[in-house]
Order: sequence, then structure tokens, then C-alpha cells
Amino acid sequence: MTPSDYIAVPLLVSGVMFFLAGSAGLLRFPDVYTRLHALTKSDNVGLGLIVAGLVVEADSWFVVGKLLFIWLLVLLAGASVANLITKGAMQRGTRMWTR
Amino acid sequence: MDTLNLAQWVFDSLTGTGLLWLAWMALASPQLIRAIVIFVAFGLLMALTWVRLDAVDIALAEVAIGAGLTGALLLAALAKLTAAQTEISKSDHRPRDGRAVRALRQLPAVLMFLVAAGLVYSVLSLPPVSSGLSVEVDANLGTSGVENPVTAVLLNFRGYDTLLEIFVLLLALLGVWSLGGLPPQRVAPAGPVLHTLAVVLTPVLILLAAYFLWAGVKGPGGAFQAGATLGAAGVLLQLAGWRPGPGFARVHWRLILVAGPALFILVALFTIVAGRHLLEYAPEHAGTLILLLESGATLSIGLTLAGLFFGERPDDGYDNDN
Repeated sequence: MTPSDYIAVPLLVSGVMFFLAGSAGLLRFPDVYTRLHALTKSDNVGLGLIVAGLVVEADSWFVVGKLLFIWLLVLLAGASVANLITKGAMQRGTRMWTR
Repeated sequence: MDTLNLAQWVFDSLTGTGLLWLAWMALASPQLIRAIVIFVAFGLLMALTWVRLDAVDIALAEVAIGAGLTGALLLAALAKLTAAQTEISKSDHRPRDGRAVRALRQLPAVLMFLVAAGLVYSVLSLPPVSSGLSVEVDANLGTSGVENPVTAVLLNFRGYDTLLEIFVLLLALLGVWSLGGLPPQRVAPAGPVLHTLAVVLTPVLILLAAYFLWAGVKGPGGAFQAGATLGAAGVLLQLAGWRPGPGFARVHWRLILVAGPALFILVALFTIVAGRHLLEYAPEHAGTLILLLESGATLSIGLTLAGLFFGERPDDGYDNDN
């Protein structure tokens, strides 16, 4: 392993953990609102960690820029779509889960 | 088997079985909305598979057109279908499905089975190991005017295939237009989030389309990917409540729709008049001509896809107003 690998691998692994947790939440949480909560965490933080891990290993600044750009776009799309789905669910009168 | 090979084998098995499973789930789902969502997931996994097979050009096209725009088209069609069904059940004119209609429904299944059988036959009759035509393509890449072999095949060596594909897209839109649209539906006004998303993303998508177009000369990218990105911008604008103005809908939209096909025909005629074969460019002009053709095709593809999502003829509403 090169020195950069020691930084990149923990970042990538923790990113994967966020995606695993997000997938588990998507499958197991009781209603659309809580599922979105789990999903957006993996989209935002999980992808952020994976992008950070890949940035450490990137060959050129151009690649770094592209990776960060992808993360920004996913942040924008993920946050907006989560808002739209929630709004749609509330307009349809989907009840929030209570214990 | 070393660890890397094992990991690849596990990955390939997962994507392969995942694809088959998703395809079956999409076909077997009784709920249309569920089938569409699974179809989009299928497209994404398919794109991942193409990347694994080193076919990045196809992966881009699959994810942009196969998963993205087709998914949006299917969802839009489902929304209109639901609206139309509500109309029918209101008017109490529900036609009973006769035996002929039910028999007709089997026809697509039979046709698809025949196509699938043909595909299986041709795959099985391929030689097990073959480099295909890649040797010839690589040998002639220098005269093609571009450095990306996929673009060279699509726009130069097999330019007439792309010419026909552009016309297929135009025909599809003309078909949709000639069917006539549904009565305009009341659409909820876009909230601030969707509005901001459209305002922020539309310039980014246009820039991205230009990048795809330019990148296609050297690497993965090209007119279809760029056109699909433009089409996505059109879909987003429509979702945010934007409608083409009467002047744009009547004149500009139509002009841009035919710009790509018209450029193709002009270049094809030009090459014939110059004493060459159809779409056989002089090597010194090939690069410029390909960029010209791809630019026109990108605009036309983008507006065609946006128009397909729009559904009815864009100037329908204005005709009624006059």
C-alpha cells in the first residue's frame, strides 16, 4: 500500500458503511419519510466520503474537479428529490409513522 | 483463482443475475408504476455492466436514454393513461374487451419471442473468439477525422446508420404529434425547490451537453449522449412549469427538430456530388464535418426527446386560442 492508500481506504470503507446503512434503512424503515431520511444520508455523506477517498487517489486536478462536481450535483439532486417526494407524499395524505 | 479474479467473478455474477431478476420483476409486476421504477433500476445496473465491459459510450447512452429519459417518458405516459382512464370511467363508456382484442394482446409477446429467438441464434452462431471489425477500425482511424473509434464508426464508417437513427427519432415524434394530445391537464404549480433546481441545473445541463459533444471526438461521448442531456434539461423545464412560447413552438422548435436530419442529408448529397460515396468525407474535412453533423444532431435529438416528453404538439394550445 502506498501512503495515500492509508488515507483513501478508511474513507472508502466508511463511505460504503453509509451506503449499507442507507440501504438497510430503505428496506427496513416503516414509512416513506423515515426511508428518505436514511437514503439521503448515504447519498450525501456516503458519496462524499467515497469521493474524498477517490480524490486522494486522483492523478490530476481535472479528475479532482470532476469528482467534486459529481458530488455537488448529487447533493443538489438528492436534496431536491427528497423534498419533492416528501411534498408529494404529504399532499396525498400519507401519514407519518408513530410508535 | 486469485483474489482479484474472484472479486470480479462475484461482481459479474451479481450484476448478471441482478439484471435477469430485475428484468423479470419489471415484466411480471402487476402495478405499472412499480414496473417503471424497476425498469429504471434495470437501466442503471445495465449501465454499470457496460462500464464493466469497457463500453463507456454505451453505458452513457444507456444511463441517459435507457434509464433516464425512457423512465421519464414512461412515467409521463402513465400519468396521461391514468387521466384518460378516469375520463373513460366517468363517461361510463367502457368498451368490453372482445376476443379479437385479447388475441391481439398476445401479438407483441409472439413478436418479442421471435426477436429474442433470432438474437439467441445470432449470438450462438458468432465465433467464440473474434476481434470483430476493431482491427479495420483501428487501421483506418487516422483518416476518420476523430480519435474515438466509437465516434469514427457512428459518424464516419457507418454514417448512414446514424442518419437513419436520427430519422427514426423524428418519425417517433411525428407519430406522437399526429396522434393528438389529451386535453390539457391541470398541473400543480412547481414549488420553490423544483423551480430553483430547474434554474440551477438547466445551464449546467447545457454546458454538460456541449462537453459531451466535444469529448466525443477523443473519448466517450457524442451526439446521442449530448442530445439526451439537452432533452433532460427540457424535461426538467417542463416539470418546473415552463411552456414554449407561441413563436418558439411554431417556428424555432420545428426548425431545430429538422436541423440535424437536414444537415445529414445536405452533407450526404454534398459527398455524392463531390464524386464520393454517400457520407464518405475527404479525410482533411472529416473532423469538421463530423463536428457539424454532431452539433446539429445534438440539438435535434435534445428537442425531439423533450418533445416526446411534452406529448402533444407544442403549439396546440395556441391554435385554439386564435
